[in-house]
Amino acid sequence: MLWNTLLLALREIRRNVLRSFLTMLGIVIGVAAVITMVTLGNGATQSIADQVSSLGSNLLIVRPGQRLGPGSSVAGAPNFKIADAEAVQSQISAVRTLAPTVARGLTVVADGRNWSTSITGSTNAWFSTGSWQLADGREFSEAEERGGQAVCVIGETVRRELFGTQNPIGLSIRIKNFSCEVIGLLVSKGQSAFGSDQDDVVVMPLKTVQRRLSGNQDIAALRISIKDENAIEQAKKQITLLMRERRNIAEGEDDNFSVLDTRQISETLSSTTRVMTTLLGAVAAVSLLVGGIGIMNIMLVSVTERTREIGIRLAIGALEREVLLQFLIEAVVLSSLGGVIGVLLATAASISLATVMQLPYLFNPGINLLAFGFSAAIGVIFGYFPARRAARLDPIDALRHE
Amino acid sequence: MNQNMSSNTPLIELRGVTKVYGRGAVSFQALHGVDLTITQGDFVAVMGPSGSGKSTVTNILGCLDVPTSGSYLFQGVPVEQLDRNQRALLRRNYLGFVFQGFNLLARTSAQENVELPLLYRGETYQARRAAAQAALASVGLEGFGHHTPSELSGGQQQRVAIARAIVTHPSVLLADEPTGNLDSKTGHEIMQLLTRLNCDMGITVLMVTHEPDMAAYARRIIHFRDGRVERIDSQEGRT
Repeated sequence: MLWNTLLLALREIRRNVLRSFLTMLGIVIGVAAVITMVTLGNGATQSIADQVSSLGSNLLIVRPGQRLGPGSSVAGAPNFKIADAEAVQSQISAVRTLAPTVARGLTVVADGRNWSTSITGSTNAWFSTGSWQLADGREFSEAEERGGQAVCVIGETVRRELFGTQNPIGLSIRIKNFSCEVIGLLVSKGQSAFGSDQDDVVVMPLKTVQRRLSGNQDIAALRISIKDENAIEQAKKQITLLMRERRNIAEGEDDNFSVLDTRQISETLSSTTRVMTTLLGAVAAVSLLVGGIGIMNIMLVSVTERTREIGIRLAIGALEREVLLQFLIEAVVLSSLGGVIGVLLATAASISLATVMQLPYLFNPGINLLAFGFSAAIGVIFGYFPARRAARLDPIDALRHE
Repeated sequence: MNQNMSSNTPLIELRGVTKVYGRGAVSFQALHGVDLTITQGDFVAVMGPSGSGKSTVTNILGCLDVPTSGSYLFQGVPVEQLDRNQRALLRRNYLGFVFQGFNLLARTSAQENVELPLLYRGETYQARRAAAQAALASVGLEGFGHHTPSELSGGQQQRVAIARAIVTHPSVLLADEPTGNLDSKTGHEIMQLLTRLNCDMGITVLMVTHEPDMAAYARRIIHFRDGRVERIDSQEGRT
């Protein structure tokens, strides 16, 4: 009987293609909107997570002062020395690699072209700590690091701005009053989670920067890669204790340095996008609900319009529940079909929007199933009332209906 | 349908049937105690002016409505004690309906229209197809199965409606003014068809009409007036 009723419902939908399509439209748009919003939101979350992890995995950054961002060197918060870096490296077992860094914003010149960039002084550990790979050339040699020689590894943006399409390896760039040989090129990483260009960088041996650019032995930050993700909290505590000791901070006094955890940043940013995703998804869900009301509206009109037909069906012996089921199935088929079309539309829209917005497209089976299931449920909920009205019609009145 | 039933066993028995519409001051009594017996294989015409109660009695006989008091035995079953769904099953299995306005499903082929009652009886696709084609053939519409009602003339539409009514081999065919919307020539054709179904297939025909020409085809004519049976004319020697 179910199969026959389904057949009846399908015939009815086929008989009114345009009306059926318009009825479905609300559901189509609702389902498509929900899925697209959530899929793009997930893509954005993923892209932020990717960008943060591109800073380096399990990365801790120790800096003097307490505030994040520029101007973090609060007065009275002295920079680190190389001995601090060595102490952390040797005394904390969870440390995988440690890169002491100094940075300077300067203009570099090559081939008559200027480019204002950030000069970072560090050791070879900087590459592995920050998950950097070389596209070409080599890292620093031991002699270059020890002697503070004028060599550098440049990022993709610097290469493009100074050398255009040329291969930069072996060429030299000019910084202030000295010339520096390019020995390596970094693989591009793109934008960071904070919107800055990670490829806009020139890396030199630590001593080169200290001697030729800063003129002191200070270290601005320690970039530390931790062996095991689970050991991060522990390592943070140990580093804090060690640094407090080395910097002679009395008990009860605040730290004059900060230990930053990239995972924290990632979580903060991800939770922000998740909230946005939920919000947009909820707005889209309202449109799905409106689509359901549209179905109820059309089904009610349909019941009135088809009163005589219902009368005929009842007269020739259709049971109340058969008429109820027919109208209910009609509503469910309409809304489910709308759901299917919505899912397809959402897939197309998500892929193209993700491409335009440069976000990764992540197929999310959960939200697709949920949205489809919800659309079918809407058919049942909003189809029931009109269906019951149809089933309870009096056959005599229904037959007399014009 | 009990095949062994003799043609004199009452198929339909109304005993003191009354029908009151509405309640209290606005109530209206449409039937004032109707007694009626119809045997199997009969061909009965119900006549009477409007307001005489002939529509009410037809609705009751068609199990679409129940009497306010009195009893209605259909093959010995007291219909007034059945609920809505049981009466629907009774209509589905034993009754066929033909209406003045044809009442076919629009934009639906004749074949599908005729198959409709079988669909509710849960018959298979092949059985439905074969039975519907046979029914269409028996009303002289062989090969018209794919036409929709709008493509058919009034007479053809009424034939489709008759095919739909007889496709389940009902005991009783209830026809409410079957020729009311047709010209007299087509009306006579429809009446001839009903007569043939009555004679050849043994279907009991119960017809409401106000045209004496059409009533003349029946074996008996029941005249209604003011909610009562006024008189019953027997015309065994009909043409």
